[in-house]
Amino acid sequence: MTNHWVDIRNADVILTMGGNPAEAHPVGFRWVMEAREHNNARLVVVDPRFNRTAAVADYYAEIRTGTDIAFLGGLINYLIESDQYQRDYVLAYTDASLIVSPEFGFEDGLFTGHDAESGGYDKSSWQYEYDDDGHAMRDETLRHPRCVFQLMRQHYSRYSLELVSSICGTPQDKIQHVWDMLAETAAPDKTLTILYALGWTQHSIGSQIIRTGAIVQLLLGNMGMRGGGVNALRGHSNIQGLTDLGLLSNLLPGYMSLPSHDEQDYEEYILQRARTPLLPDEVSYWRHYERFHVSLMKAWYGDAATEDNNWCFDWLPKLGVPLYDILHTFERMHKGEMTGYICQGFNPLAAFPHKHKSTEALSRLKFLVVIDPLRTETAEFWKNYGEFNDVDPAAIDTEVFRLPTTAFAEEDGSIVNSSRWLQWFWQAAPPPGEAKPDTAIMAGIFLRMKRLYEEEGGAFHEPILNLHWPYRRPEDPSPEELAREYNGWALEDVYDENRNLVVRAGQQIEDFGLLRADGSTACGCWIFAGCWTDRGNQMMRRDNSDPYGSGQTLGWAWAWPANRRILYNRASARPDGTPWAARKAVVWWDGERWVGNDVPDFPVTSAPDASQGPFIMNQTGRGQLFARDRMNEGPFPEHYEPFESPIDSNPLHPNNPLAKNNPGARVFAQDRENFGTSEEFPYAATSYRLTEHFHYWTMHNRLNAIAQPEKFVEIGAALAEELGIAKGDRVRVSSKRGHIDAVAVVTKRIRPLQVAGKTVHQVGIPLHWGFLGETRKSHLSNTLTPAVGDANTQTPEFKSFLVRVDKL
Amino acid sequence: MTLRVTRRQFFKLGAAGMATSSLAMMGFAPDSAVASIRHFKLTGAKITRSNCTYCSVGCGVLLYSRGDAAINNVDNIYHVEGDPDHPVSRGSLCPKGAGLLDYIQSESRLRYPEVREPGSNEWKRISWDEALDRIARLMKDDRDANFEVRDSVGDTVNRWTTTGMLAASASSNETAYCTQKIVRSLGMVVLDNQARV
Amino acid sequence: MRGSQVNQQDIIARSATKVPSPQVRSGNVERVTKLIDVTRCIGCKACQVACSEWNDLRDEVGECVGVYDNPLDLTPDSWQVMRFNEFEDEQGNLEWLIRKDNCMHCADPGCLAACPAPGAIVQYANGIVDFNSEHCIGCGYCVTGCPFDVPRISEVDGKSYKCTLCSDRVFNGLEPACVKSCPTGSIMFGTREDMLDLADTRTDFLKSRGHENAGIYNPEGVDGTHVIYVLKHADRPQLYNDLPENPSISPMVSTWKGVAKPLASAAIGLAALTGFFHYVAAGPNEHGEEDEQAVRDDEAREREREHSQREEQP
Repeated sequence: MTNHWVDIRNADVILTMGGNPAEAHPVGFRWVMEAREHNNARLVVVDPRFNRTAAVADYYAEIRTGTDIAFLGGLINYLIESDQYQRDYVLAYTDASLIVSPEFGFEDGLFTGHDAESGGYDKSSWQYEYDDDGHAMRDETLRHPRCVFQLMRQHYSRYSLELVSSICGTPQDKIQHVWDMLAETAAPDKTLTILYALGWTQHSIGSQIIRTGAIVQLLLGNMGMRGGGVNALRGHSNIQGLTDLGLLSNLLPGYMSLPSHDEQDYEEYILQRARTPLLPDEVSYWRHYERFHVSLMKAWYGDAATEDNNWCFDWLPKLGVPLYDILHTFERMHKGEMTGYICQGFNPLAAFPHKHKSTEALSRLKFLVVIDPLRTETAEFWKNYGEFNDVDPAAIDTEVFRLPTTAFAEEDGSIVNSSRWLQWFWQAAPPPGEAKPDTAIMAGIFLRMKRLYEEEGGAFHEPILNLHWPYRRPEDPSPEELAREYNGWALEDVYDENRNLVVRAGQQIEDFGLLRADGSTACGCWIFAGCWTDRGNQMMRRDNSDPYGSGQTLGWAWAWPANRRILYNRASARPDGTPWAARKAVVWWDGERWVGNDVPDFPVTSAPDASQGPFIMNQTGRGQLFARDRMNEGPFPEHYEPFESPIDSNPLHPNNPLAKNNPGARVFAQDRENFGTSEEFPYAATSYRLTEHFHYWTMHNRLNAIAQPEKFVEIGAALAEELGIAKGDRVRVSSKRGHIDAVAVVTKRIRPLQVAGKTVHQVGIPLHWGFLGETRKSHLSNTLTPAVGDANTQTPEFKSFLVRVDKL
Repeated sequence: MTLRVTRRQFFKLGAAGMATSSLAMMGFAPDSAVASIRHFKLTGAKITRSNCTYCSVGCGVLLYSRGDAAINNVDNIYHVEGDPDHPVSRGSLCPKGAGLLDYIQSESRLRYPEVREPGSNEWKRISWDEALDRIARLMKDDRDANFEVRDSVGDTVNRWTTTGMLAASASSNETAYCTQKIVRSLGMVVLDNQARV
Repeated sequence: MRGSQVNQQDIIARSATKVPSPQVRSGNVERVTKLIDVTRCIGCKACQVACSEWNDLRDEVGECVGVYDNPLDLTPDSWQVMRFNEFEDEQGNLEWLIRKDNCMHCADPGCLAACPAPGAIVQYANGIVDFNSEHCIGCGYCVTGCPFDVPRISEVDGKSYKCTLCSDRVFNGLEPACVKSCPTGSIMFGTREDMLDLADTRTDFLKSRGHENAGIYNPEGVDGTHVIYVLKHADRPQLYNDLPENPSISPMVSTWKGVAKPLASAAIGLAALTGFFHYVAAGPNEHGEEDEQAVRDDEAREREREHSQREEQP
């Protein structure tokens, strides 16, 4: 979240789209209710289903799954053409005025640089036009035909109300009503917050849906504002923390990244990441990349990391492909190219698309290690559970280990919620049986491997033998030691540019501004610096006072970065430093420095007349309407159909088959063969959570099993009537990849849509229940889903695929 | 509480069965008849502050356990409810959070390391030492066999792609950091967590 | 305002008991009320789970019959359930009406009036109507007497169960478990006065949003309830899964309460009462044998209990 849970109460309009917070985040949703009641806010829901959030919304509009870019692209067009955007904000705080390279273009659904043969893009033309100093050219009048504003305007001019309605299936009057409600927040004293979740990410165009939302918020001037923002409602208790700590194939802690195989030179590696300003005098904070990187390497390799060996640069693995994501990995596993796999608190058999492929892939491993507090389907993928997991154990040679780990209640530690708060928690009881904390299990494996390398030697063992392991009990590092390490400390006395001593050797780092690139500091995760200082564990703080009534509660736990609660909050003030509106004030210029009810997200003494932009992580200092080459399918979001679409072509580009689906997506041949067609599988399906359950865990809990005991699917009343299905009937839902059986919930809450001249029915498939636990046994929903991901993140397209439904 | 009439006396006063009820109807109910409020189950509990382990709202929860962590006692969590001090949740919980007790106490909790041997149809209990020794051996053998120091064009890559890992988005930052540090030192690049899906 | 106000001396009514309880100290006990604003309810069932967790109830794992509701109905182990109803108005606007169904804690509780077991049902000065299972004889008259069809008889121990409004929590100064858990503030708890004020505020809010028929459900037929609803369609409570429009205690129960109870003599044998209440519940003489069996079972249980008491206190 750019903002935070409690801040939702400051919004004037709340859009939930691509998320169903009443269902998935009921307690966070409280603040939507508070906004409605105490801020007279309106809640708008745009979703394929009239869901639990819609049940208490002020307005609901149905939409075909996977068409959100069309819906919001039309809104961008409407805002610009009806002059309902916050012009002062757009001019000062976005790249609207920057001029784009003349090489850049867009034609018939494809951006310049498309290679029809490889299917990918050469992105070199997706740039601004630069002057001799490397600074982007500008036109403050926004009239230049190649300025971002005019190009964007032109790009979305195609998204007329009629066409949007035809793509989304949403009636025109409902679209217009939603657009009008959102447009009201272009006023400087009104804010819109967007709450989204996996309903936006789990599409082949997921990242671009989110970008479209961000563009809308920039046009409306709602970023950095109280009650504004683009707010990702993260799915798991510490999914934010694991992202922050970089537990993704290409990442290092703090959103740093591993080198690619062609980045052989350390300085080149740093240069690529230490981004210089693209406009004069902008902050472009990533230019300090090397400080964070060297400090990380000092935390990991201690004295072994020296300037002479480029801080162990060659000890970092280098990527051969952009991502070794889960789709890529299971494709390789399926081909027999993987030997081992470790699942730490993750149940891929249930959670990954195309379950049959997952089963075959896991069967081809030599070994599988499952570290979990609970029994999981993955750990028992080899076991026959009748029709629900019909395998022959004798034919599966995978050696499977199942290691019991502690649950949250049995350990100390911290987790990061969606508000970016690091909250410390305490152990209340010992774990059951012989269960151990994950840290001890990981340390146990590591120390044994290290001993084997010491005894036997083996492949490239320097990083293993030299991994800095200063823990008092090496076999069981304590949460306190690990937390102090990711916060970071000074290895030597650290001075500022005026030779004033700022941190003594051995002291904890107070903030990441104190990190150095000369090896004098160690820090495991720079964005967490400040969470455990010499004043103690800041994550333990439990002062819930809210002196400004803003909901920031700066004394509760600790938020990254720098205990800041609203990101980009400099944008809450006008360029002159005064708040856009008193009731929306977050930080302001008091004549000498930035002050306010939050920690300023800005150099605190940078005066307004220095004109530095508020988006300090961006090279332009501005919100990027134009993404340059950062996205794989283009600088402006464009609607493309899901890979399994109920219609035959992309209504925006009916005659260009290359522009039907995301041209930037990576699809493996076998997975492409497993896509179904709308002739055979006519209904658009979408999968989702229910509030009574959490994925595949709570089916092990009696109380939750009672609340929702058996697998069901949701079918609209019209479709049910067509198929002769009554409430409570058992049905079989099939895709090209398999079938599940479930009870039919026949509902008025899913309505047939008119899409591109055809009636499209949608089928809702909750993802819960499996063949273990206290609930009734069932197939896994991900038997049905396709193995294709977003072009940037490779997050699977769980939200849009095709099925057929048969009454059993 | 002092009973004016003991329960036994009360029953003796009347005949058996429903006649007892009839007598009571006439006003001879003992005090115990009105002592209907259940014993307050939180009395004497140890309260531990925690955060819900499910979604990212990060609701504050209070774990109530029997036992005071004394050496001769094994503490047992018997009730969970919301932490009213928490600025987001203010004491409330969703149906998952409200049911956390049944996760902590689930029948499906794993209690000791097990292995399923190739082709076998059952789990076999093993010791931690055996489990970790065997896993370390399997990993090292694979790493030694498949570690790439240089790729096909001769670039230094120092990576291990044949064993991979999924990390847990419900684990703590400390677990995550420890895992990241170890995994990268091994040269592993096949690493993801639930954020990928 | 809550705290220790609910103590034994604050019982103001007690089933099948003639002699009044001490009530002098009830004068300053404020009545409590649970407000359920269904317009804020998302049907998440947190209240349902919290109720079972607090009260150590674990119902059977049921099945899905094609609706979100689960458990499908109140049971001796599920003291509240969420009832979901899809409603399309005359203009075709869809609403998902979700109602938390549980004991209403009537000011004039039909269950208590109907109960023949002394002290098995009590009403505290704060308004909570509580079942004292120790004294329940499982006759089922409370079921008959309840205008909201709330009590359920357990097949395990033959006793009647329902929501206690967490009398144990309220006694100790806490709100009921369902109230505390509610993520959206749909369920609120406080003094009756405060809750009626809040209900007015919420109703005004709904009216300001164009819901002209919004209002409070606090039915007069039972002298009001200590669980009240804010409804968007207060003119049509039956839309909410048949919430009764004008609930009242069955006239047969009133007769018993008004006329028969003061007689309170041995002349009123239980068999006669059984027949009387059976008539109320099911019409004349259809299951007489079962009732007789129930009486015999009750007698056996009482004998057994007395026997065990004797053994415990030699």
